[in-house]
Amino acid sequence: MENRAKLPLYSHSITLDVDKCRGCTNCIKRCPTEAIRVRKGHATITEYRCIDCGECIRNCPYNAKKAVTDPLQAIQDFDYKIALPAPALYGQFDDARSIDQILSGLLQLGFDQVYEVALAAELVARATRAQVDASAVSRPVISSSCPAVLHLVQIRYPSLIPHVAPILAPMELAARLARQAAGGDKGSVGVFFISPCAAKMTDVRSPLGSPHSAVDGVIAIKDLYLPLRAAMGKCTVQKLSRAGSLGVAWARVDGESRAVGESNHISVDGIANVINVLEAVENGTLGGIAFIEAMACPGGCVGGPLVVENPFVAKTRICNRERGLPLQGSDTQAQSVPPEPAKLGWTTPLEARGDLMLSTDMGRALEMEAEMEALEASLPGLDCGSCGAPTCRALAEDIVKGQATVNACVFKLRENVRKLAAEMIQLEQINPPGLDRE
Amino acid sequence: MKYHFPVPAEDLVQAGKASTEVKKILARLGVPPELIRRTAIVMYEGETNLAIHGGGGVVDVDISAERVELVLEDHGPGIADLELAMSDGYSTAPEWIREQGFGAGMGLSNMKRNADLFLVDSRVGEGTRIVATIKLG
Repeated sequence: MENRAKLPLYSHSITLDVDKCRGCTNCIKRCPTEAIRVRKGHATITEYRCIDCGECIRNCPYNAKKAVTDPLQAIQDFDYKIALPAPALYGQFDDARSIDQILSGLLQLGFDQVYEVALAAELVARATRAQVDASAVSRPVISSSCPAVLHLVQIRYPSLIPHVAPILAPMELAARLARQAAGGDKGSVGVFFISPCAAKMTDVRSPLGSPHSAVDGVIAIKDLYLPLRAAMGKCTVQKLSRAGSLGVAWARVDGESRAVGESNHISVDGIANVINVLEAVENGTLGGIAFIEAMACPGGCVGGPLVVENPFVAKTRICNRERGLPLQGSDTQAQSVPPEPAKLGWTTPLEARGDLMLSTDMGRALEMEAEMEALEASLPGLDCGSCGAPTCRALAEDIVKGQATVNACVFKLRENVRKLAAEMIQLEQINPPGLDRE
Repeated sequence: MKYHFPVPAEDLVQAGKASTEVKKILARLGVPPELIRRTAIVMYEGETNLAIHGGGGVVDVDISAERVELVLEDHGPGIADLELAMSDGYSTAPEWIREQGFGAGMGLSNMKRNADLFLVDSRVGEGTRIVATIKLG
């Protein structure tokens, strides 16, 4: 943790390769929170709106959007290196490669220890179950496992904060347990999450629910895949796998719900679907549901922006692996009572990131809203994206906030040029008296 | 700021869209999240009632710095027994509506619970007008 610079403000995990960015309309149109604008010929992300869902990474046709992650080399900064494989990693390889082989391959790559995030996931499921049963949290209880969904709640659905189960995500719990198990005699301990998910990097730098993360770095599955495959071919396979099917299932949507064991639940994948469901919860129509598992990525974590394998193939593989595993992990089997909330609970509350308002003064905000609507009415309403904003309404909002001008709209510009042309023609037709002969 | 939303008869999909719109407006105005939520519930329930029971209708939203006022109006059958209609669990929703998961009989009482002021004016054979106010700040 000493090596990781703590950023004072919220930081998002997506970066742009400016040379590859064409300033096209693809990412701005597909961002679920309208967080991106094209300015000065390239995409820029409005930090307070970005939820780290990775849609822009998926949608960029020019490969200009990248997630901020650590290279495998980063583990060399530490004396004792611990790998936390996300269960999504197990879906990247077919069942000819056992989980033991995958984990042994990680040791071959230079890690000293492997702690399966799936093991921690099982503990998180039990704690969640306890919260649902105790009605400790407003119904429906929303899972805290997906960081992009939590950011979405903070920004767009802050009224649902009381619904989020205040429990650490499996990655964070795994990091703490792994450090504990490592003990104090190993020199500097480096804990690295092997990740399908871009948002986890933000989670490590600006954690939710606790002041600091026990994780030092995040390595993308896609950056590890080829070296790991080679290592798996070379290594001696050791018996390392301890997680049961309830933990491994978290890699695919509905797996967490299976582990929590609440039949009155819904599991939602894909950020647009999550948005529709959260709207419904806010409108009061899903109050009869006890638990909601909400995953930003299609298929769940196996569909994350940093994976290699096709998410639907990976999802089937995960289900197949589940069938070959005992229900509970060998660490947690002995425990028949849920783990203490103190160890798994949040120590800092989830805060609203209320930056969507036009002004902190409501009177001024009302004025700006009126201006915005008048402006919007004067725009063509094509939502073409040429101005760099995803919709005409978004451009109108940018204009009243002083972040854009109406001439950004190519249609308004043409309209003005036409007016100028008409004036020029008028002027052209006026002959000064000295030349005015028929 | 005034907004007008027509609600077509029996179109339950449209109902959600207008309340989503109003929520976004309130967020831009900096209204606290809990008040946004209460407004959404009143509006969504009200719109659903217009679609299911009122034969369609209109919602007029008036936002000032002090309050959000929702006026929901239809020219439908009207409410014969208001006290009965307001009680929890009583519903006159037709079968096809209940099959879609609506008609729990909680709509009017949910609206009243989430509004600071709630007035119902209904005449059988003429229609219903509801004025619901949520106080801000």
